[in-house]
Amino acid sequence: MSQSQEERSIRCLVAKVGLDGHDRGAHVIARAFRDAGFEVIYSGLHKAPDEIVQAAVQEDVDVIGISILSGAHNTLVPKVVDGLKEYDAFEDTLILVGGVVPDEDKAHLKELGVAEVFGPGTSMEETVEFVRENAPER
Amino acid sequence: MTLSTEELLEGILDGRHRALARAITKIENRQDGYREIVSGLYEHTGSADVIGITGSPGAGKSTLVDKMAKTYRDQGLTVGIVAIDPSSPYTGGAVLGDRIRMASNVGDMDVFFRSMSARGSLGGLSTATADAVKALDAFGKDKVIIETVGAGQNEIDIVQAADTVAVLVPPESGDNVQMLKAGILEIADVFAVNKADMDGADRTVQELEEMVHMDDGHVSVTAGHHGMGVEADVDMPEKDDAAADAPEPWETPVLETVATTGEGVDAFLDTLQAHADWLAETGQIDAKRRQRTAEEIRTLLREDAGALVERELAAHGGVDALAERVLDGETDPYSIADEVLEPFVACVDAED
Repeated sequence: MSQSQEERSIRCLVAKVGLDGHDRGAHVIARAFRDAGFEVIYSGLHKAPDEIVQAAVQEDVDVIGISILSGAHNTLVPKVVDGLKEYDAFEDTLILVGGVVPDEDKAHLKELGVAEVFGPGTSMEETVEFVRENAPER
Repeated sequence: MTLSTEELLEGILDGRHRALARAITKIENRQDGYREIVSGLYEHTGSADVIGITGSPGAGKSTLVDKMAKTYRDQGLTVGIVAIDPSSPYTGGAVLGDRIRMASNVGDMDVFFRSMSARGSLGGLSTATADAVKALDAFGKDKVIIETVGAGQNEIDIVQAADTVAVLVPPESGDNVQMLKAGILEIADVFAVNKADMDGADRTVQELEEMVHMDDGHVSVTAGHHGMGVEADVDMPEKDDAAADAPEPWETPVLETVATTGEGVDAFLDTLQAHADWLAETGQIDAKRRQRTAEEIRTLLREDAGALVERELAAHGGVDALAERVLDGETDPYSIADEVLEPFVACVDAED
């Protein structure tokens, strides 16, 4: 094992925030990320925004994928964003939202700093490709 | 936001979580500057108790670690945790799921939990684990817990990384216990039969105790008892005139825990502390750390030498081209190795 060069791996936090218990999507995306060669930290269900922030900071992830199917994205996502800012972790973390988000909310979330919102029917390849292309340079 | 090596070092010693997290990433990725970071941290290490938790998959390691961290926090101590999960042999990807069990320490930044992928290492830890532990130690954590990959029989790298190793054994693993004998039994400083509320726990405790006692008097509990090939009496001259009261050997205790409810966790932590005290009183801790450092130097040198060899390989046209020559019947791997190493050998010979 001789490695003089870097061994970078994209680290992702797949996060379930809020009260909805639908984690099939999160599991599927976690698996897809794993198969794409990423390192995936799965948060588990029913997490509060500050738990997600704590995990994102400590794990130093490149990407946070927040799965929300409860419709509470307008409340929960800003809290995650603010928490990341508090730890200087906002700027170089790619934030994605997956779930059922109405079009008018998408623009709002993107203004907050969410890079992309993936709705129902998005293919795994598309999401993986997006992460590969947009994972922050560090 | 890119932090320089100096900023990262300063940030860690300053207690900034972001700097610690980023430094661990650099260490994991072997990014430029990671060596400077680790060498800069070195003089600030040595104050944390490093505890290794290992055991088969599903033995309850993560849940127990969660309860341990909670108990330490209640005692006013700060905790760093490194949890390793396996990586895919095909894609290198990994799902790191140990964090899910950390329910008792939610929102408490003084428990610093870091998930790590084994990144292809087979010994239960990743190459970067020891250096990540140093970062947590230098950061000022009182207790650093390493949770290994779910271990079978031979994932015993933890011995090198931790001062105290606890092996978790689930009940009803009578047959497994037999198998444990060769590898994992030898590395345990403490056994915990977790899920002790399940049927069969008593029997497992009994079997482990029998096994521990069977070894009484045979396994000398010395610096070399982990089988790393270091004589127990290296550099311990202070023991010469104290031969009469030779250090009490450590007898591996067998405890029962129920990690989900926290039952037995206090006693478990007391036992870990007793082992740490024993290490300090007998001077074993120094021997252990000396041995660990020696191994670290060796590993580092092997890696650096490997990198030099890679450069030399490239100068010879790359390993693929050389392999092609072997396949074409022009030469053989041994001759090539001799050829590539020739300048190194010449250098070393010149020094003799």
